[in-house]
Amino acid sequence: MVLKTRQDVESFADEMRRALGRQKVRALVCAGTGCMANGSLKVYEKLRGLVRAKGLLVELDMARDACSGAGAVEGTKVTSDRTAGPTTAAIGVSISGCHGFCQMGPLVRIEPQGILYVKVKPEDVEEIVETTLVRGEVVERLLYHDPSTGEPARTEDSIPFYRRQVRVVLANCGRMNPEDIREAIAHGGYQAIARILDGMTPEQVIETVTASGLRGRGGAGFPTGRKWSFARAAVSDKKYVICNGDEGDPGAFMDRSVMEGDPHKVIEGLMIAAYAIGADEGFIYVRAEYPVAVSRLKKAVEQAREYGLLGRDILGSDFAFDITIKEGAGAFVCGEETALISSIQGKRGMPSPRPPYPATCGLFGKPTVINNVETLANLPSIILKGPDWFRSYGTPTSPGTKTFALAGQVANTGLVEVPMGLPLRDLIFEIGGGIRSGRKFKAVQIGGPSGGCLGEEHLDVGLDYESLAKVGAMVGSGGMVVMDDTACMVEVARFFMKFTQSESCGKCVPCREGTRQMLALLTKITEGKGTPDDLELLQELALAVKDGSLCGLGKTAPNPVLTTLRYFRPEYEAHVVQKRCPAGACQALRVYSIDASKCRGCTLCAKVCPVGAISGERGKPHAIDPEKCIKCGTCAEKCRFGAIRG
Amino acid sequence: MPHVTVDGQKVEINGERNILEVVRKAGIELPTFCYHSELSVYGACRMCAVEVDGMGLVAACSTPPADGMVIRTNTERTRRLRRMVIELLLANHHRDCTTCEKNGMCKLQSLAYQLGVRKVRFGEREEMLPIDDSNPSVVRDPNKCILCGDCVRVCSEIQGIGVLDFAGRGSRTCVSPAFGRKLSEVECVYCGQCVAVCPTGALTGKPEGEAVWSALHDPTKTVVAQVAPAVRVALGEVFGGKPGEIETGKIVAALRKLGFAKVFDTVFGADLTAVEECHEFLGRLKKGEDLPLFTSCCPGWVKFMEQYYPDMLPNLSTCRSPQQMFGSVIKRFYSKELGVRPEDIFVVSIMPCTAKKFEAKRPEFVSDGGVRDVDAVLSTNELGLLLKQAGIVFDELEGEGFDQPFGLATGGGVIFGVTGGVAEAVLRTAAASLGVDSGRIDFQEVRGFEGTREATVRLGDAEVRMAVVHGLANARALVEAVRRKEVCYNLVEVMACPGGCVGGGGQPYPNDMPARKSRGKGLYRADRTMQLRSPSENLAVARLYEKYLGEPGSELAHEALHTSYGPRRRISGDMRINGATPGALDVSVCVGTGCYLRGSYDVIDVFTRLAESDEFIGRVNLKATFCLEQCDRGVSVKVGDKIVTGVTPENAERVFFEEVVPRLPQER
Repeated sequence: MVLKTRQDVESFADEMRRALGRQKVRALVCAGTGCMANGSLKVYEKLRGLVRAKGLLVELDMARDACSGAGAVEGTKVTSDRTAGPTTAAIGVSISGCHGFCQMGPLVRIEPQGILYVKVKPEDVEEIVETTLVRGEVVERLLYHDPSTGEPARTEDSIPFYRRQVRVVLANCGRMNPEDIREAIAHGGYQAIARILDGMTPEQVIETVTASGLRGRGGAGFPTGRKWSFARAAVSDKKYVICNGDEGDPGAFMDRSVMEGDPHKVIEGLMIAAYAIGADEGFIYVRAEYPVAVSRLKKAVEQAREYGLLGRDILGSDFAFDITIKEGAGAFVCGEETALISSIQGKRGMPSPRPPYPATCGLFGKPTVINNVETLANLPSIILKGPDWFRSYGTPTSPGTKTFALAGQVANTGLVEVPMGLPLRDLIFEIGGGIRSGRKFKAVQIGGPSGGCLGEEHLDVGLDYESLAKVGAMVGSGGMVVMDDTACMVEVARFFMKFTQSESCGKCVPCREGTRQMLALLTKITEGKGTPDDLELLQELALAVKDGSLCGLGKTAPNPVLTTLRYFRPEYEAHVVQKRCPAGACQALRVYSIDASKCRGCTLCAKVCPVGAISGERGKPHAIDPEKCIKCGTCAEKCRFGAIRG
Repeated sequence: MPHVTVDGQKVEINGERNILEVVRKAGIELPTFCYHSELSVYGACRMCAVEVDGMGLVAACSTPPADGMVIRTNTERTRRLRRMVIELLLANHHRDCTTCEKNGMCKLQSLAYQLGVRKVRFGEREEMLPIDDSNPSVVRDPNKCILCGDCVRVCSEIQGIGVLDFAGRGSRTCVSPAFGRKLSEVECVYCGQCVAVCPTGALTGKPEGEAVWSALHDPTKTVVAQVAPAVRVALGEVFGGKPGEIETGKIVAALRKLGFAKVFDTVFGADLTAVEECHEFLGRLKKGEDLPLFTSCCPGWVKFMEQYYPDMLPNLSTCRSPQQMFGSVIKRFYSKELGVRPEDIFVVSIMPCTAKKFEAKRPEFVSDGGVRDVDAVLSTNELGLLLKQAGIVFDELEGEGFDQPFGLATGGGVIFGVTGGVAEAVLRTAAASLGVDSGRIDFQEVRGFEGTREATVRLGDAEVRMAVVHGLANARALVEAVRRKEVCYNLVEVMACPGGCVGGGGQPYPNDMPARKSRGKGLYRADRTMQLRSPSENLAVARLYEKYLGEPGSELAHEALHTSYGPRRRISGDMRINGATPGALDVSVCVGTGCYLRGSYDVIDVFTRLAESDEFIGRVNLKATFCLEQCDRGVSVKVGDKIVTGVTPENAERVFFEEVVPRLPQER
């Protein structure tokens, strides 16, 4: 089955939409990594089995056969079992990509009503089939209930988590089967590249993208159109495009969700980039730790080839392009573009000094454009809807939407897509539902290990490149860890530093040795051994590492330290001067004591204390010798009367 | 003319590749650990950072100059960064400076001093990694490594070997041979170019000074020195002299002061080599056999050939190197003249080279009764150190002459120490031997410092097509071209080190290309001042043939002055696959490149399944091994002592039952 023209794509899309329409009800079971880990595939299997047993299951092929007519294309494989005719109560059951509301998984979406069932277990499936799929009624207990009001949300769109979102990149994630190119095409896939190949010049494509103001979503925010124009201008017999899917920030999973949920959008984006700069070969570099993304991308590339969307003479034009999926071997630094290129070439993933930039001398020494997954996934919509539409979202300098991965102590964790410039407060308190279990908001770490820690006073900062940079944080890949008042900011800085020092490639001195020493200083402080001089040294070192490192990893690695030092300095000072951790998180700084009014003198604590620091007569209040205490916390854990504080 | 402004001074850009080179023209030397003009730009140490208007702080080594650039080299920001880099490096460096081999010559030490770093505010290095002194030539101390990567790049880019590379990530990154093995277990040829570029004490030559002192202080030993040509133009540098200054006389005087009974000139050995090798070459040329003839004076190159091109070993001259010819002559013949038993003569060679230490210990080079021909090898650096230990004021020495008879030498032997010299010496000898009066003694066409040079020289009726190559990456390219029959030569001179022996791994620091060129020029200058220029004129050599060897190429000459070569494994050691059961049959499957490509991993899978089956469990010790030297017939499997070749994943099961099962020990 080969699509040969733009008209072929459009009529095939129509046909597939009609075919999908024959499924009167459609159940989409989330098969994103989070939901799968929670057992969604069992839900899926059971759902399918039950519907099939009832003779109501309609596969896409059968639906399509039934509405055969104009535009039917020969050669499609028929793989379904024909248990039901499409004329009866036709039900489609399919997997889908990530919906983003991972905390509530496994998720099941029912179309066309747009119902979202949350935390669905295999035991619930029978009821879903009987009540919703067959009778069209809602199973109320499986709906999302607003934790504050207790009100159920009848549709996905009415859930606060989704209400303020604008889903461009994630538009199809959760709405279609990512493993079936026909569904992707039905959802508008490959229409942008079809339009481009039907008469747009590469220059026009670059102009459109430049006019849209799209900036790299991988972190640095370099204007995509400008990057392309450099590579376009470079004269070479061969050029490459690379999709950077080496998402590695702890807690970030936006690229993974796009690759898993809508791989064809990534492929189409890469095709657009290739056409714009004149490349005929592309790579998708994806972490091997994303096995689902790898397998769906591979499947998608194969299907695209089968449909003539990759290969030679694509859609009747002279544009030739193909894609290789390259799995990364687990190094965080390979997300840096020069290290990534080195890795594709089979070498150790180490960054090299720029210039030369990849746009002039990249993969195998040829002009190369590297774009992040999310950047590429924005392209089809920009081409189809125009730069003005894109600019209608976001701020003048940061147009469009951005995905963020909400994690930490926020009520609703998961993946969201919002217009850039949205105030932090709206994201955390409206979409994220505020802090979990009613505690107080303390800080948010934005942009992963390269980003910064912002506090209460920054809640009105807009989520765009300039505003975040101004306060020392960065958009980064969009990871966002929300912390409540039990988090110690020194410990947070230490956590991220531990990550970067073990993920530094080891090449340049400031990053390799500087992160090692920053970690050592932070550890010293959290262990209560720090001095005020250490704070000065930490600051001096952090600035030197930021100033002198070779690549982006090192240049941004000190950000968590610098921002916490800047915004939470009293907390550092408490650690080094009073040897106290205000959040009570640093174990070594805890002081255990026994509340004499609560202690019954049961002697249990004295028995479990491994160092004999607790003494007292039976029946009388005990006491802890702070000199001997090693702060292991065993006594507090064992005390049945809550008499031990610490 | 495009120009930049360096600290307010206008400097023209004239083809310089980076800011560092342009800044140098303004009379400013930027500090750096990882920049070497001969190697690729690495940009890792950040010491050369400068501020450029509009660009901020950039590494000068990796930033090309552009017209109108305003560069500031000495600002608060650059100073702060440089000092911080030093402090960070020192914090993780094993700072036993006072007892370090590199003390006083260490770049980290000198830059730390220069930049005024007087205190390290960070903690000390916690983990101490094992030191690798497993081989006779190079000692690797990872605790002193600053990961500048100079050794990694020189080994792969200049020598085309790649023994060292980075391993690990983050703060655990280290430089290591493959699989964390020792240098003695991998394909290191001991050329010492890594030692030459290492800024710290992480890579040093293996010291043998103590053994030499012991011998000198042992009244039963007659200690004889031989001094290689490249040493005389470099030792002066240890005492503050310039590269290329000829210090032969002072070296002889110094060695006598140290207590050497005889001080001879390795140039005699070189002359002897030229005569033997010339005879060998003319013989092959006449027969048209085993051409091109590759020279074999360089032990790094010889090991390289044994490892990578065993099929080309017949092309390698069977002549021993000058060092080993000399040792052999001393122990076999000169001992008789002295009336001292060979085992009581202790031969010390002073060499510019680390590989010579390995060569002296090769099992081939023992005379009758197992007496080693050369007992100890001192590098130029080590000799300098010995003189300092003895308190000898080098500058005040009066020059003396070598002892006879082996102090007699010709210019042809002197230039053995520089690239092209061996070729020229053979040409001079050949001209004499063929009775051709070419009207000249110099063969300028084989001189120079380009990596690979070609020349066609007419000697009477004969036309000799020759190539001269230095640096093993260049040598590899040439050998490959010879194999592909793209080029055709009669004689090829190969030196492992760029510049030849003058750039050996045992020469003083800095051992860079400008120093090497100056030393090379010094040797040519020395050649010009010699009374005798052609090795064929060396009367001591002639007397040696007369008295002992007969004539060049005689049977005795072969026994005493020639050797043989064999294929050599590139990596040694096995990797155990299943449990080690005492008494079980050892079965090793080769996983070297050739066998790997033919499916040795699949063979291992089949063998593992069978060896772990109920029937055979505990009776087979299955191992993976690196090379069984049967590369053209792989997959090779060693069963007990027998090597079975041609195993495939398909026939593996049959091979197991036919070859392994019959050799299995009886069940207990």
